[in-house]
Amino acid sequence: MRFEVIVSLRFLREGRFQTLLTLAGVAVGVAVIVFLSALISGLQTSLVANTLGSQPHVVVRPQDETARRMVAEGEAAVAARVEKVAVRTRTLPDWPLNLTRIERVPGVVATSPIAAGAAFVVKGDVSKAVALRGVDTDRFDRIVNITGRLKGGRFRLDGNDVVLGVGLARDLGLGIGDKVRLVTEGGRSDVFTVGGLFDLGAKDLNERWVLASIRNAQTLLNLEDGITSIEVRVDSIFDADRMAADITDRTGLVAETWMDINRPLLVGLKSQNMSSWMIQFFVVLAVALGIASVLVVAVVQKSREIGILKAIGTSTRQTMAIFLLQGALLGLVGSALGCALGAVLAVGFRSMAVAPDGSPIFPVDLTWTRFAAASAMATVVGMVAAVAPARRAARLDPAEVIRYG
Amino acid sequence: MADPNELPTGEGPATAASVGPILRLEGVRKSFGKKVITEVLHGIDLVVNPGEFVAMVGPSGAGKSTLLNLVGLLDRPTSGRIFLDGTDTSTLNDAGLTRFRGEKIGFVFQHHHLLPAFTTLENVMMPLLVHRGSPDDEMRERARQLLVRVGLEDKITARASDLSGGQQQRVAVARALAMHPPLVLADEPTGNLDTHAADQVFDLLREFNREFRGAFVIVTHDLRLANRCDRIVAIVDGVIESDTWKTGGDRAT
Ligand SMILES: Nc1ncnc2c1ncn2[C@@H]1O[C@H](COP(=O)(O)OP(=O)(O)O)[C@@H](O)[C@H]1O
Ligand SMILES: [Mg+2]
Repeated sequence: MRFEVIVSLRFLREGRFQTLLTLAGVAVGVAVIVFLSALISGLQTSLVANTLGSQPHVVVRPQDETARRMVAEGEAAVAARVEKVAVRTRTLPDWPLNLTRIERVPGVVATSPIAAGAAFVVKGDVSKAVALRGVDTDRFDRIVNITGRLKGGRFRLDGNDVVLGVGLARDLGLGIGDKVRLVTEGGRSDVFTVGGLFDLGAKDLNERWVLASIRNAQTLLNLEDGITSIEVRVDSIFDADRMAADITDRTGLVAETWMDINRPLLVGLKSQNMSSWMIQFFVVLAVALGIASVLVVAVVQKSREIGILKAIGTSTRQTMAIFLLQGALLGLVGSALGCALGAVLAVGFRSMAVAPDGSPIFPVDLTWTRFAAASAMATVVGMVAAVAPARRAARLDPAEVIRYG
Repeated sequence: MADPNELPTGEGPATAASVGPILRLEGVRKSFGKKVITEVLHGIDLVVNPGEFVAMVGPSGAGKSTLLNLVGLLDRPTSGRIFLDGTDTSTLNDAGLTRFRGEKIGFVFQHHHLLPAFTTLENVMMPLLVHRGSPDDEMRERARQLLVRVGLEDKITARASDLSGGQQQRVAVARALAMHPPLVLADEPTGNLDTHAADQVFDLLREFNREFRGAFVIVTHDLRLANRCDRIVAIVDGVIESDTWKTGGDRAT
C-alpha cells in the first residue's frame, strides 16, 4: 500500500467517532439518492410501458386533417384521439406507397395501416358509440399486442368476426360467438360475430375499441380502398420525435408521436425528474459540506502530525494526497454502505406496497449502474470536498507546528 | 564571531561519503515579522564537518531553535547561504527542500513529536516510507534493529502514545536515524526528561554518532551534557559568541 493510503486510512481510523458519523451521513445521503432514483425510474418506466402498451409510438395522418385541436389536455388523451378519428372524413393518399416509405425510415420496427371511424354497436335495443378500427391482425399485433391480452376467443378477423374489449362486452352483455350489429353514421350496417375479447388495461379502450378487418371497416365507413392512418412502432421511444420528422419529410404526411399525444404525461415525467434532480443535488451538496467540514476539523486536529510528517520529508503533494484520499475514502465507503441501505429500503418498500394480487405497486429499478454511479459520484464529491482542507494541510508550516507543538 | 576560515576543518573524521563539510553557513540572517521586523539571527557563519558532535548552547531566546530550523530546511534565511552536503540550499525550490530534508536531515525535537496514531515501529519506518513511497521488508527490519538498539524491542507494536517520555524520545532518536542522515539535529532532546532518561538519550546519540559517522548538532541547556560533546557553539543574541573544541569530550576517552 502506498504511504499516502496508509496514512489517510490511519487518520480516518484515528478519527473514530468523527469518521463514523461522517460515513453515516454519506451513507444516508447516498441511500436517499439510490432509493429515490430507483423508485422514480421504476415508476416512470412502468408508467411509460403501461401507456405505450396500448398506443402506437407514431401515428401518421393525412396532411390537412390538421383541424388539430390542441389535443389531450386532461384525462383521456386516448379518448381525444379516438374522437379525432371519429370526425375524420379524409383518407391517407397513396397509402401503399407511403406505407413502404415509412417502413424504410431507420428505427421503424412495425407499421399497421388502420381504417378507423365512429360507429354504433347495437345489441337488442341498446346501442353504444364505439371506435371502429379496421386492422390487419398480424401487423396490429406488433403495434398493440392484442393476442397477448385476449381474455377469450382469438384475434382473428376473418369473415365478419370482430374483436372487442371486455368493458364493451360487459356493458352490452356480450360473449364469444354472440352476434352484434355495427351501424355507422352513413347508415351503413352489418352483423358481426364476437370472435375474441381483449383487456388492454385501459378502461377507455376496453369500452370503445371494436376491431374488424380492414375490408369490413372500409365498407362500413365508406372509405373505399382508403385507410385513415398508419400506426408505427419504433425501436427507441425517446427518439420518436426525430423519426416522426423523418416520416413527414419522406411522405408529406402529418406524423404525431406518443409524446405529442401524451403531453401531460410527459410534462409530469419531466417535472418529476426535475424535482428528483433537485433533491439529489441538495443531498450531494449536504454530503459534500459534511465531508469538507469534518476534514477541515481533522486538519486542525492533526496539524501537529502533519507538521511532523512534513519535517521528515513529506512533500506538499503527498500531504494534499493524504487528505484528498480521506475525502475519497469517506465518499467511497459511505456510498457502499449507502447503496446497501438504499437497496434494502427499495426492496423493503417494494415488498410492503403490493397490490392484492401480489404484484408490486411501486416498481423499483435497481440496476448495478445505479449503484456504480452513486458510488463514483460520492467518491468524486468526497475528493472535491477535500480539496480545501487538503490545501490547508499542505500550507501548514512545519516550523510553526514544531515550535509551538 | 567565528570566522569559518579559521575553523580547523577536518577536525572531525571524514567519512567516505562526503569529503567536504556537511554543513556550511555563510552570513545567515533571519528576521521575523511584517510590520515590525525583528532580526533574530545577525549573520551566522558556521562549518560542521562530517562526524562532528556539536553542542549548541545559549540563553533562551538567543535564536538556537531558529538556527536549527534554518539548518533543517524547515525555513529559509532572510539572507546568507546554507550549504548542506555541498549543495547551496537557496537554489532548491520548496519541493526540493522537502526532499533534501528527508534525505539529509534527521530531527529529534524537544517534544518528541511522534505520530500517536502509529506504532513505534511505524514511527521509526516513517521517514523511509515517505521517501520510498511504500513499505518493504528492508525498512521494517532496519526500523526493528534501530528499536533494538534504543532498547525498545519489546515496544515494537506499542502505540507511540502509550510510551513514557524517555521511551518516546528514544523512538524519536531511532526515527531520526532511520534514513542514515549525514546530519542529525536535536533541539533540546533531553529538555523534558529526568536525569536518568536524559543520560540514556544522550548516550544513544553519542553511540550513533560514533557508529554511523553522522554529524550531530544538539541544542541543550544541560552543561553537563554539553561538556561531553566535541565542540560547544554558544549563541547569544543571535550571534555566535564562542566556538570551542573540547579536548576532554567523550571522543577523547
Ligand atoms: N516565527 C517567529 N515569529 C516571530 N518571532 C519568532 C519566530 N520564531 C522565533 N522568534 C523569535 O526569535 C527569538 C529566538 O527564538 P528561538 O530561536 O526560539 O530561541 P531559542 O531557541 O534560542 O530559545 C525569540 O525572541 C522569538 O520570539
Ligand atoms: Mg528553542
